[in-house]
Amino acid sequence: MKIGLIFSISKTHLLSRKKQSITAAMGVMFGIGTYVIMMGFMEGLNGLLDGLILNRTPHIHLFNEVAPSAIQPIDRDSIYHKQIRFVNSIKPKKVQAKIHNALPLIAYLNRQTSVLGITPQVKVQTFYLGGSTQLNGVIIGADVEKEKLLYNLSDYIVKGTVEDLKKTEKGILLGAGVAKKLALNVGDFIQVTSKTGEIITLKIVGFFQSGMSEIDNVQSYVNLKTAQRIFGESKNYITDVNIKLKDIEMAPQIAKNLSQKFGVTATDIQTANAQFETGSTVRTLISYAVSITLLIVAGFGIYNILNMMIFEKMNDIAILKATGFSGLDVQWIFMSQAIIIGLVGGMAGLLLGYGVSVIIDNTSFDTPALPTIKTYPIDYSIKFYFIGVTFALISTFFAGWFPSRKAKKIDPVDIIRGQ
Amino acid sequence: METILEAKGISKFFHIPEEIQVLDNVSFSMNKGEFVSIMGKSGCGKSTLLYILSTMDTDYKGDLFIDQQLITGQNPNQLATIRNRKIGFVFQFHYLLPEFSVLENVMLPAKKLGLKSNQEIESDAMDKLKLLGISDQALKLSYRISGGQKQRVSIARALINNPSIIMGDEPTGNLDSKNSDIVFDIFKDLTSKDNLSLLIVTHDHDFAKRTDRIIEMGDGRIIK
Repeated sequence: MKIGLIFSISKTHLLSRKKQSITAAMGVMFGIGTYVIMMGFMEGLNGLLDGLILNRTPHIHLFNEVAPSAIQPIDRDSIYHKQIRFVNSIKPKKVQAKIHNALPLIAYLNRQTSVLGITPQVKVQTFYLGGSTQLNGVIIGADVEKEKLLYNLSDYIVKGTVEDLKKTEKGILLGAGVAKKLALNVGDFIQVTSKTGEIITLKIVGFFQSGMSEIDNVQSYVNLKTAQRIFGESKNYITDVNIKLKDIEMAPQIAKNLSQKFGVTATDIQTANAQFETGSTVRTLISYAVSITLLIVAGFGIYNILNMMIFEKMNDIAILKATGFSGLDVQWIFMSQAIIIGLVGGMAGLLLGYGVSVIIDNTSFDTPALPTIKTYPIDYSIKFYFIGVTFALISTFFAGWFPSRKAKKIDPVDIIRGQ
Repeated sequence: METILEAKGISKFFHIPEEIQVLDNVSFSMNKGEFVSIMGKSGCGKSTLLYILSTMDTDYKGDLFIDQQLITGQNPNQLATIRNRKIGFVFQFHYLLPEFSVLENVMLPAKKLGLKSNQEIESDAMDKLKLLGISDQALKLSYRISGGQKQRVSIARALINNPSIIMGDEPTGNLDSKNSDIVFDIFKDLTSKDNLSLLIVTHDHDFAKRTDRIIEMGDGRIIK
């Protein structure tokens, strides 16, 4: 088979019917272009939403949960084992908010190779005082620099910086919702109550806005030591330990181990955010379904055009075969046309997809819920471009395969005799 | 004399719509440099015979030799190569590829054969077109020239690989008498000057009378 000769024939065929060839290539172009745009946009959105929740969610969260004892006193007595037991009004066991032996636990975690980083926190219920109004709130005492490193805290700080808080001993990074309600500004002072009812005054060094109002309306950050001091607790008073792992998939297993080993409640990210994974999967599925449909339509376009062309070119096929071209040569003359259409259309589709992605990426997307997002998110992952071109080639290959097989099988005698 | 083409006991049946025998034990041979015409009424099987001799139709009984080589039973790819290398075709309808120029049409079989460089093939093709007196049309698209010219182009194409034999299925059937004469003279020249063998199926008595030998067919047999 002479590839050069076959390509020159198929090139002549394609060029002598430019309109048809361009229409077929455009079908592929729109299919691939849409695929790239949709996947880029969807994945960008997924990334954004994942970032919104997952990036700032610890992979494992250790804390003490209030719950009734799993084994009630009556269960301990073997006399009652075979009997039906009724216990009314079970009350939860009194648990300390603080994690028992927190410092050795942290030291242990720091030694684990699977752990990327840990952030101990002191989480306290409090009231923000604004004149006669009291707002429910949660103050988190945290190592803000580590929080910034592991959970991108600084992305959500709309005024002030993490460093400002670090420098100011009695500083507070106030939730934007709280600040709005109490009409406070950076540099103002805010009073909060401690557990014991004591009133503490803190200086506002900045605002943070996570984009989720139920958090922004209650939560604030202070330094870990400040929190321990103002609430009159010692250095080992830690209520929560957040763990970020190197491999997120390990979280359920490690959580289970820690829970058994240290007797704390350990929640892994997969359990805590199961609905998120589902959302992402469904969105990806939808974009694939739409793009593949478009590509199949484009494939049928090519199939149609080639079929028609082979019908028109019966005479040419007969004469090529009569003058010594084999069935395979003839098949490849038409196959190569389909492949050329697929390649040209596919490449044009990638350019179209990239172009529109850039336009979307630069379209302003202003939403108060997401303070750090200024434009629509796009994922430029090379993966989509690669899959797009591969799919274009595969679909055009099959679209060309069936008509060209017909051309291969055409018997020249039938055509010459038929005239 | 060297035989160029030999048919031994060739029979052919059509199965559709019903079993009909179109060729019945046809045997003949042709020498190198001979100009042979096949005549007969419509439906006598002369075209069918030609398609078998041309290797395009493989559904027959009997043996076929070209250049003393047994052709029967070879696979389709080998047959395509034999057609490319040894046989030139001229049909009643001209069968040029319309998107290609006259020159490209002539060059295609040689490019398929691939023994020469493109420049050599191009100069060969120009020589053949000159021989047939249509070199001035070489760069035109093939659908833009007249019927007589088209037939001459297809003769040039048949000659491009210097075949052992040229077969024609009513090559003058679609031409007026003037163009018919031109084509005949070309054929005559080719046999006398280049010692080329020609096997032409025709209806045209005047044409046939001027050939070296007439094979007359009737009801699937050779009558004389």
